[in-house]
Amino acid sequence: MAIPLDYETLRLIWWALLGVLLIGFTLTDGYDLGVAALMPFIGKTDEERRLAINAVAPHWEGHQVWFILGGGAIFAAWPFVYAVSFSGFYLAMFLVLAALILRPVSFKYRSKHADPAWRGRWDWAMFIGGFVPALVFGVAVGNVLQGLPFRLDSDLRTFYEGTLLGLFSPFALVTGLLSVAMIVMHGAGFLAVKIEEGPVLERARRIGTFAAIVSIVLFALGGVWVAMGQMGFRLEGVIDAQGPSNPHYAQTVAAPGAWLDNYGRHPWMLLAPILGFAGPLIALIGIRTRSHVLNLTGSSLATVGIIATVGLSMFPFILPSSIDPQSSLTAWNASSSHLTLWIMLLVTLIFLPIVLIYTAWALKVMFGRVTIAQVRTNPDFY
Amino acid sequence: MDMAVVELSRLQFALTAMYHFLFVPLTLGLSFLLVIMESIYVMTGKEIWRVTTRFWGKLFGINFVLGVATGITMEFEFGTNWAYYAHYVGDIFGAPLAIEGLMAFFLEATFVGLMFFGWDRLSKVGHLFVTFCVALGSNLSALWILIANGWMQHPAGSVFNPETMRMEVTDFYAVLFNPVAQAKFVHTVSAGYVCASVFVMGVSAWYLLKGKWTNVARRSMMVAAAFGLASSLSVVVLGDESGYALTDNQKMKLAAIEAMWETEPAPAGLSIFGIPDMQKHVTHAEIKIPYVLGLISTRSLTGEVMGIDELVLKADERIRSGTIAYDAVEKLKANRGNMAAREAFELHKRDLGYAMLLKRYVADPRQASEQQILMAAKDTIPNVPVMFWLFRMMAGIGFFFIAFFGLAFYCASVCQFNKRWFLKLAVAIMPLPWLAIEGGWVLAEIGRQPWAVEGVLPTFLGASSLTISQIWTTIIGFTLLYGTLAIIEVRLMIASIRKGPVEHPVHGGGQQQGSAGFAPLPAE
Repeated sequence: MAIPLDYETLRLIWWALLGVLLIGFTLTDGYDLGVAALMPFIGKTDEERRLAINAVAPHWEGHQVWFILGGGAIFAAWPFVYAVSFSGFYLAMFLVLAALILRPVSFKYRSKHADPAWRGRWDWAMFIGGFVPALVFGVAVGNVLQGLPFRLDSDLRTFYEGTLLGLFSPFALVTGLLSVAMIVMHGAGFLAVKIEEGPVLERARRIGTFAAIVSIVLFALGGVWVAMGQMGFRLEGVIDAQGPSNPHYAQTVAAPGAWLDNYGRHPWMLLAPILGFAGPLIALIGIRTRSHVLNLTGSSLATVGIIATVGLSMFPFILPSSIDPQSSLTAWNASSSHLTLWIMLLVTLIFLPIVLIYTAWALKVMFGRVTIAQVRTNPDFY
Repeated sequence: MDMAVVELSRLQFALTAMYHFLFVPLTLGLSFLLVIMESIYVMTGKEIWRVTTRFWGKLFGINFVLGVATGITMEFEFGTNWAYYAHYVGDIFGAPLAIEGLMAFFLEATFVGLMFFGWDRLSKVGHLFVTFCVALGSNLSALWILIANGWMQHPAGSVFNPETMRMEVTDFYAVLFNPVAQAKFVHTVSAGYVCASVFVMGVSAWYLLKGKWTNVARRSMMVAAAFGLASSLSVVVLGDESGYALTDNQKMKLAAIEAMWETEPAPAGLSIFGIPDMQKHVTHAEIKIPYVLGLISTRSLTGEVMGIDELVLKADERIRSGTIAYDAVEKLKANRGNMAAREAFELHKRDLGYAMLLKRYVADPRQASEQQILMAAKDTIPNVPVMFWLFRMMAGIGFFFIAFFGLAFYCASVCQFNKRWFLKLAVAIMPLPWLAIEGGWVLAEIGRQPWAVEGVLPTFLGASSLTISQIWTTIIGFTLLYGTLAIIEVRLMIASIRKGPVEHPVHGGGQQQGSAGFAPLPAE
């Protein structure tokens, strides 16, 4: 079969789709994570907490699939990235998985007994289920920006030389907390459109304000750190974007400051960091003017801008290696074969729109603000 | 490779996969039972069927959530614990996993929220459609996962690329329409249907024994008996064995299941009892039924079923041929343009995986001694006694279920499930489907050893470069987490069953049709 798109184009598309997946995950499951992380704080009484839980209850299962799909799509399109990152972040990954296993279970099982001690425990389980993944994802991104301590041997087997605690460098803590702030802001923004006016909504607005300000500060701090710090990698020599996926065929060097190169070459990319700042500002305006839709729009734009900034700064790098730059994974050397990328693109073009349509339909069926009155009387509610 | 890391990684994968698969079969089957029950509700408009559907839906929900939660681990475990495997076959193996998420899991998970929360917001037919999408999604999920697993058993449509040092897809249709995958899919989902039918029968029988909720219980039993009879026939008749003639490893699996050490003249006999001896390559106290094995596995009177010893000799040959391919790959690594090496590689590439079996004994397979080649060839024999007995347990339970559901069908029409001994039997056998299903998975995966991917990548090469303490940390972590959740799950399940199909008034739906469905239902 002749493949109508060349290898380089398909790699570029799949690099962009990687971003779409991460953004899709953060936009949808992000607010479920945010609401979960807020659980012990957002409601003073059991009814108030149930108000927040039932705002996300009909949707989190579907949204969580973005995470599963993220795993599957990275496996299919970027098998090197899948192998190197998940085995490298081994224990961190375990923390994320354990937390994400706790979350669905706490949504479902919390309501099965009225006992306050039982529910209190599940509230904290929910907090872990939201907070830990948000933090670890951010910390992981910080480490990726700095380069990961891994090597590939001639059989392309990966060896990772870092530790779990080694991940929590000062810079990675900044990106980790940025991720938490962004996700909490988004969760609070979602609650503002999804629950009735009242004390919980007011608390969501206050928390949203705080999280938006923290996001702006940490995003700026992270940006300065990248610019001033010794971060960045560059490809040298002839770059064969059509070549076989084998990192040993390219030449990579550590090049401090190189993470800003792309913005000089392609000024349009500056749109991403601008969005990263504008999003939280818009959310703040929405919160102040009580325009809840503007609030959620702002928090959504913020996640798009912040994630896109990371991706565009590093392009074409996906996972640079700090101890052996030669092993670095890029959009040109870490993908699946030409044929697999093409087949997966076809599958995505067919099914992703369908998924978006029924996700929207599900949101529409459940449209409307959740109220305390419903929480009291609807037997289906958690 | 550190073999302890490999063994621990296998242990963890087995634990997490088998735990995950405690919940999956019930999801596969119960979702379709819900569709049947809700269809009856929509067609007859009788409130009792809505109560019945909602009751089983509640149990479905408790079970579903753990299936989903533990499935998350599976999606990432190939990367965390089997990184070299992920690199080596990700080009083929990743695709079905991604498609599963996109096509099946999204469908199932998005609609399950509406199934639980949409009763008041959707029309009757609309809600039935939602329930159907959940069932369709969960079964399509199984399809894609078994396409992935089937490829590990029979790696069709792919070839090793020395430039990228991995397997790459050449024919996606061959991966998709892999006969092993198809047999596995039908077999596995049917087993799930049987499992759910037994579950519904058991719980309902318990109600009938207690004289509680008998109107719901009797109706549920009727549906489960019919669905269970059809599925138990399908699970046995469309069993897995149709693919056993395809590859050397599949042949080895069949020979191991039958503890058939030497090739017999066609058609071979089927052992119903025996004590296989791994050391001496003989089976003691064997009882054989003539002809049956040959008929089942080759579907002919003349087809020969190869014995273990002959298959080992074949593996020996393939190891020797594989070392030539390995040598060619090493030369191509040094010089991409080496035409002679390229040619040698093309001639021997299908045996490359066999050379890698030697890496267990020697770093460079080209340096292997005769002794080491012999050991590697013998490694292609899986654990015969375990397979022999697991198969007999699984098949025995399978035949038992046909009899059981036949009896249930008879009971339904003749005695209206009034016989207490039958009801007690239905409660007592509830664990059996899980035993057969978990046993079946162990059989399939142990039978594939020493391969992660048959003839392509030995299991011991697939593991990540981790430390023993890292893996112990996660094994203990998963065990504690999963153990706690299992206890909570079972207690909630029992509590919900004890509580029974209690209905609360419906709010805002305007679909109230008298009070019959809303108060606790009186026993008939």
